[in-house]
Amino acid sequence: MITIENVTKSFRNENSRLVALNDVSATINNGDFLGIIGSSGAGKSTLIRQLSLIERPDKGTIWLDDVDLFKLKGRDLLRMRRQLGIVFQGYHLLEQKNVFENIAFPLQLVNMDKTAMRSRVEELISLVGLNGKAQAYPVQLSGGQKQRVAIARALASSPSLLLCDEPTSALDVITTKSILDLLVEIHRKTNVTIVIITHELSVVKAVCKRVIVMNEGSFVEDGSVREVFASPKHDMTKLLLSYQEGLL
Amino acid sequence: MTNLLIKGTFDTLYIVSMSTLFALMGGLPIGVLLTVWKKDGIAPFVYGEKLLSGIVNTVRSIPFIILIIALFPFTRLIVGRSYGVEASIVALVVGAIPFVARLVESALAEVDEGLIKAAITMGATPWQIVAKVYLVESVPALIRLVSLTMITLVGYAAMAGVVGGGGLGDIAIRYGLHRYQTDVMLLTIVIMVIMVQLIQSGFNFIANRLDRRRA
Repeated sequence: MITIENVTKSFRNENSRLVALNDVSATINNGDFLGIIGSSGAGKSTLIRQLSLIERPDKGTIWLDDVDLFKLKGRDLLRMRRQLGIVFQGYHLLEQKNVFENIAFPLQLVNMDKTAMRSRVEELISLVGLNGKAQAYPVQLSGGQKQRVAIARALASSPSLLLCDEPTSALDVITTKSILDLLVEIHRKTNVTIVIITHELSVVKAVCKRVIVMNEGSFVEDGSVREVFASPKHDMTKLLLSYQEGLL
Repeated sequence: MTNLLIKGTFDTLYIVSMSTLFALMGGLPIGVLLTVWKKDGIAPFVYGEKLLSGIVNTVRSIPFIILIIALFPFTRLIVGRSYGVEASIVALVVGAIPFVARLVESALAEVDEGLIKAAITMGATPWQIVAKVYLVESVPALIRLVSLTMITLVGYAAMAGVVGGGGLGDIAIRYGLHRYQTDVMLLTIVIMVIMVQLIQSGFNFIANRLDRRRA
């Protein structure tokens, strides 16, 4: 279980102060399939940097079960980072390494035994539907295939949370559908907690069970996808829904 | 005369390859430190970076011909004399280390910043990021950097020849200039042009073969 507790983060320059996250709190249960949606500037990227432990909040903290993530240092912090799988919009694969080596990367970091690594990577390659592509290099793959590699890599060390940062925003609609189907399948098979952070309402609607709507650094709605979208309370939710309908 | 040119060619090749080797051994770690110690690097150490950067810039701003002469006492300390092939290598290494360090730094700067961030979130240590991300992703650039260093050192080696450093530069000065043997001068130029061409195309070939970004 992940508890985001009164997290505040602001950025300063000479004469102004931007509050990117304003005292946000939420609990993410094990096995949740959560979408966090907001338009640009809502604080999504800042939230991701806190959740992925590359930035500290000014106030508040995040708990994983009973561990305060921002009290961790040194080896404990590295170990905790390995328990978080992250998928990025821009894939960020090793261009000079093939699919197999890319997926094996997190396992190499912990010096996993070669035989165990091989079977784990092969299992992941087949889970994400890239059979026969183990020896291919990223340049030979399509965007969707690269994102599959990134998902497999994020899952390699059996994380307790799979955090997806705009995982489909660089992909066309058909590829988006196939990546979302893959996430649903992974969720069904492994019951890993999945958090998708996105500006695309259709993504949340298609796969998530729960949604948090962000606006100007706050969580303005939090509930099941069906309820929140059937009876939106906050203006931002209504706005997102009306644009969605307008576009369709 | 032919023997002289052959010996000069081999001397130059020897000077260039040995000094490239040592310059890489010195310049690679410095280039890595310049990268990781930056304020937004993976192991920030701003004072260290500033100091190192200052030293690198200082050495780089000294014209090479002056550096060689200024290094005479140091060279004598290391190899026992200030002229000849070994003495050239000492001066070339000192002059080339900062050059290589900056080239390494710019090669590493080309590595996808998002990939570095990704490696951090996967729990990689700074050392693992250097060994398994920075150096792996920049292999083609690092190989091209070796050829650039060698070619620059062909020129530097000729300058060292002016002050008795041996090799083709030495021959060009002693025979081509002081004894008015224009043919010798021209031949040394031709040999150096061929040398540079071979180094450039050889390393480009290897770099392209190893670059996995080419489908």
